[in-house]
Amino acid sequence: MVTTFFRMNTFSDSVSTAFSLIVSFDALLASIVFRSLAVSASACLIACSAGLVLGAWLGVARFRGRGMVLTLLNTLLALPSVVVGLVVYLLLSRSGPLGFLGWLFSFQAMVLAQAVLVLPVVTALVRQTIEDADRLHGEQFQSLGAGKGMRSLLLLWDERYALLTVLIATFGRAISEVGAVMVVGGNIDGFTRVMTTAIALETSKGDLPLALALGLLLLAVVLLLNVLIALVRRWRERLDDGLPGPAPLLLPQVTQP
Amino acid sequence: MTTLFELNAVDVCFGTIRALNACALRIQAGERVALVGANGSGKSTLLRTLHGLVRPTRGTLQFDAGARQAMLFQHPYMLRASAQTNVALGLWLQGVAWGQARTQALQALERVGLLALAQRNAKALSGGQQQRLALARAWAMRPQVLLLDEPTASLDPAAKREVEALMAEFAESGMTLIFSSHNLGQVKRLASRVIYLEHGRLLADLPTHDFFNGPLPPEAEIFVKGELV
Repeated sequence: MVTTFFRMNTFSDSVSTAFSLIVSFDALLASIVFRSLAVSASACLIACSAGLVLGAWLGVARFRGRGMVLTLLNTLLALPSVVVGLVVYLLLSRSGPLGFLGWLFSFQAMVLAQAVLVLPVVTALVRQTIEDADRLHGEQFQSLGAGKGMRSLLLLWDERYALLTVLIATFGRAISEVGAVMVVGGNIDGFTRVMTTAIALETSKGDLPLALALGLLLLAVVLLLNVLIALVRRWRERLDDGLPGPAPLLLPQVTQP
Repeated sequence: MTTLFELNAVDVCFGTIRALNACALRIQAGERVALVGANGSGKSTLLRTLHGLVRPTRGTLQFDAGARQAMLFQHPYMLRASAQTNVALGLWLQGVAWGQARTQALQALERVGLLALAQRNAKALSGGQQQRLALARAWAMRPQVLLLDEPTASLDPAAKREVEALMAEFAESGMTLIFSSHNLGQVKRLASRVIYLEHGRLLADLPTHDFFNGPLPPEAEIFVKGELV
């Protein structure tokens, strides 16, 4: 009974402190949140740039050994973040092949680690989306004269709303991971401390309010992102249903006279 | 007459399934050929083979490489873009400059009676309108051969009539039509020649009048009677 009361009390105190930290826009909290968002957004940008193209190509390409590549790709979905951290650490360490960059324990190292971590997620999900679409409609594009490259680009463009979900999943995976950024970033205060590493640290120190505040913010950020993307998606789909449709971005744009 | 397609002992296999079995066929320019048969008889595979989407597993397929082809699918796929963009896309993929493709797209939309909906999103069009849009996309490419896979299968009677009228107009203009259909009335109205397929085999290949009035192989006879009753 005493234990339960203690737990409830600690939890409610933590929540109330967490809210006051958030409401007062605590500078320390804000810097950690901002850094987390910057690291994960940069990592997603890099991973999506490569993953969208790679996934779209894998969706339409047929080659010997493709099955093995896909199995490997799907296996990489379960890649433990600490393993990614370790590999990137080895690459960036002074004696590693990328040691000359001097990126270890820096913002760039964290971005690189998260990009490596989420690249298989983007690639695998895009590949599945494009392959499904190509199975259904690929022949029609082929009939119009589109080669594999053009087909993958057209399908990528046409499946853009479905791919928004991929972006959410990617960002969610990046911002919520702790192992990779801990290993390559080092959790240096004011420099490489992000939300997840701060949560781990504050929890181990017993500063539960700050840890909880960060946890709540982490959830709020992902929730806000989801809501935003859902709104954009619904707005575009409604627009598409009733009003003039946009021309594919990869086609030359022509303004009406 | 120019021979557009010539198939000799063509087999098409998908794994262990033989979709076409020793098909031999010659199609001349200006013909209106209807492919009939039950589901799974090989009509769509034959169309896809003629269009070059499927390669014969065995046998030879010769075709007039100079004859432009277009194919209309049963469920045409439209991009999430305006009707005009969808038509222009087909032309652009054929090498027409984008600005010119958009102008020609408007002409094609006018041809099928969809000019007023040129800026409407193609996905928001009805089934019949989408099929007419697909016809516009195909027609815009000025094909000499138009292949149609059950073009009116999922349309209501009014939309069916509209699509059929367009097919008849295209045929009038000299375009070679090769289409699959379950609608024997439509076959009678549009085709000059009927090919009956069963289990990938070509069992009858006759002028339309002979197909509906003359003696047929027993399997084709049952099919025609079953459809007409």
